Amino acid sequence: MERIPILRMGTTLLVTIQVDMHDEIAVRLLDDLTTMVTRTAARGVVIDISALDMVDSFIGRMIADIAATSRILDAETILVGMQPAVAITLVELGMSLPGVRTALDVEIAMELLRDAGDR
Amino acid sequence: MLADWVRALKAASTPGAKTLISDPELQSQCQEFISLFADALSGGNFEDISGAAWTPTREFLAGISRSRGRQGFSPSETALFVLSFKEPVFNHMRRAFEGQSDAALFTDVWEVSRLLDKLGVYTTEIHQAAREEVIRRQGEEMLELSTPVIQLWDGILALPIIGTLDSSRTQIIMEALLQQVVATRSPVAILDITGVPTVDTLTAQHLLKAVAATRLMGAECIISGIRPQIAQTIVHLGVNLGDVVTKASLADAFRVALKKLGHSIGTTKG
Repeated sequence: MERIPILRMGTTLLVTIQVDMHDEIAVRLLDDLTTMVTRTAARGVVIDISALDMVDSFIGRMIADIAATSRILDAETILVGMQPAVAITLVELGMSLPGVRTALDVEIAMELLRDAGDR
Repeated sequence: MLADWVRALKAASTPGAKTLISDPELQSQCQEFISLFADALSGGNFEDISGAAWTPTREFLAGISRSRGRQGFSPSETALFVLSFKEPVFNHMRRAFEGQSDAALFTDVWEVSRLLDKLGVYTTEIHQAAREEVIRRQGEEMLELSTPVIQLWDGILALPIIGTLDSSRTQIIMEALLQQVVATRSPVAILDITGVPTVDTLTAQHLLKAVAATRLMGAECIISGIRPQIAQTIVHLGVNLGDVVTKASLADAFRVALKKLGHSIGTTKG
């Protein structure tokens, strides 16, 4: 069974989604990530979806859920590198993911997290 | 026969059309048509011009009507090319049938007339199709021209929208904007709607979608150039622009964008 690796960089967790997200992987990722956040007491989570070129409403909801859950666990979550086609699809589906922070790439996201940590 | 035809064509064509096409060119076109027509006739099929024997003739006529369509000939002028061929043909036939019964002449004239009518209608169809093609291409070009994404500063994009926003146009604008955001890694994009004459609920909806999509990609979108009337309309319509940053002018939006990126503007004098 495939699973998406979660990398730990200091107090930040980095998730890069490089496989076709299907429902099972998404559910498993939510499980793994929340477990990791609590175990490592991470302060930030960066989810890189630049390789994701297709989404449906379920995956869209999972992404929102993952972000909301890790925020409850007190980890700032940033969604990174969404493709134009994916962004348009999500908006057309009526899922503009309010409350989820976004950034153009991982570098900018790391900077945002560092700024948030300084404060 | 060729000389007769060219003379008939010239007599029938309007002064404007004469300047568009030179005599030698007309002569060679007529000559080619006659030879192709004779070839096709020798195939023995007088009924159906969509058959294989007529393919060269059809292709030749299609080429002629397309080029005339582009040169600005009217459909009737284009059809005239084939239809004016009737007179010389009929004269020629009358001479050939001299001394024979009228009935045989009439039957053959009828056949040829029907054939030439079909070819004439065919040229009109092609002419129309060529014109429609031109209109369609111009429409596409206008769409492309109307969506320039400008890089104002390192990290700041601007998209001045001019004209009415409809669904298909918004789609193109949104795609162009998002592509550029990725390509230039710009965290701020300014949508300037100074050139949008009216905003209705649908247009506002489209704008909000563009803003939401930009935000999802990790960039921020500022809407600028909202004229007083449009601001009033938006409020009257009850459209909630929510947490979208809006500015009155592009200059204001640019200043805000620079500030967001940590730049500041100051004067060196005084």
